[in-house]
Amino acid sequence: MAKLEILTYPDERLKQESVPVEVFDEELRGFLADLEETMRAGPGGVGIAAPQVGRFARIVLVDCSVTRKPVPNHGFMVLINPEITEWDGMKVGREGCMSVPDYTGNVIRAERITFSAFDGDGVRHEYQCEGFEARAVQHECDHLDGMLFLDRLVSRRNDLFRRKVYQK
Amino acid sequence: MQHWYMLTLVGKDRPGIVAHLSAALFDGGCNLGEASMMRLGGNFTIMLMVEFDGNTHALQQMVASVAESMGLHLHLDRINAQLHKHLEPDVRITVYGADKAGIVARITGALAEAGLHILDMDSSVAGTADKPIYIMQIEGHAAEGVDSLQSALNVVAEKGIEAHLEAIDTMIG
Ligand SMILES: [Zn+2]
Repeated sequence: MAKLEILTYPDERLKQESVPVEVFDEELRGFLADLEETMRAGPGGVGIAAPQVGRFARIVLVDCSVTRKPVPNHGFMVLINPEITEWDGMKVGREGCMSVPDYTGNVIRAERITFSAFDGDGVRHEYQCEGFEARAVQHECDHLDGMLFLDRLVSRRNDLFRRKVYQK
Repeated sequence: MQHWYMLTLVGKDRPGIVAHLSAALFDGGCNLGEASMMRLGGNFTIMLMVEFDGNTHALQQMVASVAESMGLHLHLDRINAQLHKHLEPDVRITVYGADKAGIVARITGALAEAGLHILDMDSSVAGTADKPIYIMQIEGHAAEGVDSLQSALNVVAEKGIEAHLEAIDTMIG
């Protein structure tokens, strides 16, 4: 296993779209181990996407079992070729990114999502996530389309009251 | 030798001030850092970090004519700039109510004692002239934990004043 180097914006490669994985082999599983090590080395990181380490394949890892305050979670998830199929509810939350050091901002995400993805052995699974974990999955899936949380920032000023009114 | 300055400008608001000001600073060889512009009670206010290769007097002279042309008061301080060292807030507090006399001092005082370091605060007077409401939003760092702040809020909040606290759990991915 080896810790990989994380690309940081303004590296233009972070804005490029990644391609689906077609071969589920030992090389892929070796990469997944390196990617996991890289995610765990980042301070407070609960997710990582392959393009963040310069591999432009649709691979995402998420692990929300390690947060300071416990949140509902599925433990460690390997998500290959993830497809979000349902979005429900909206919530403003604060995000940061290992590829954007020294900045956090407010982003609106769906509160609950349904999605499918393949694991490292090429087996397809269905998932339903909510809250913090759903936010992590959406943030990482954005990386696969060349999107950063900076593309989705909302004003810190207008989220608080509106959210409470409209969300009932 | 480059130095950082904090430039503060206050005056009557009108469209185009930021564009005009930043063009003048750029033309004068300044580099801009972090900035916060707000319209407070119809007044234009901005605080702007400016990096400049010269002394306070030279920068003052350069900005003075621009400020004057837009009817803005100018204040300049040499500062020690800490870039790339943002403190991250972990708590957000919202306070609102009909009456504001003494409320801000009492609530922020109690919160400070309970370990709150305010990183960002803004407040508005909304509603109507005969029924004004006061709304304050604070983001900060809870040095002694969020529970300590909640206990402090429970003690100082009173009838007619709503005070809400929520933890900010930043997702890093
Ligand atoms: Zn990210």
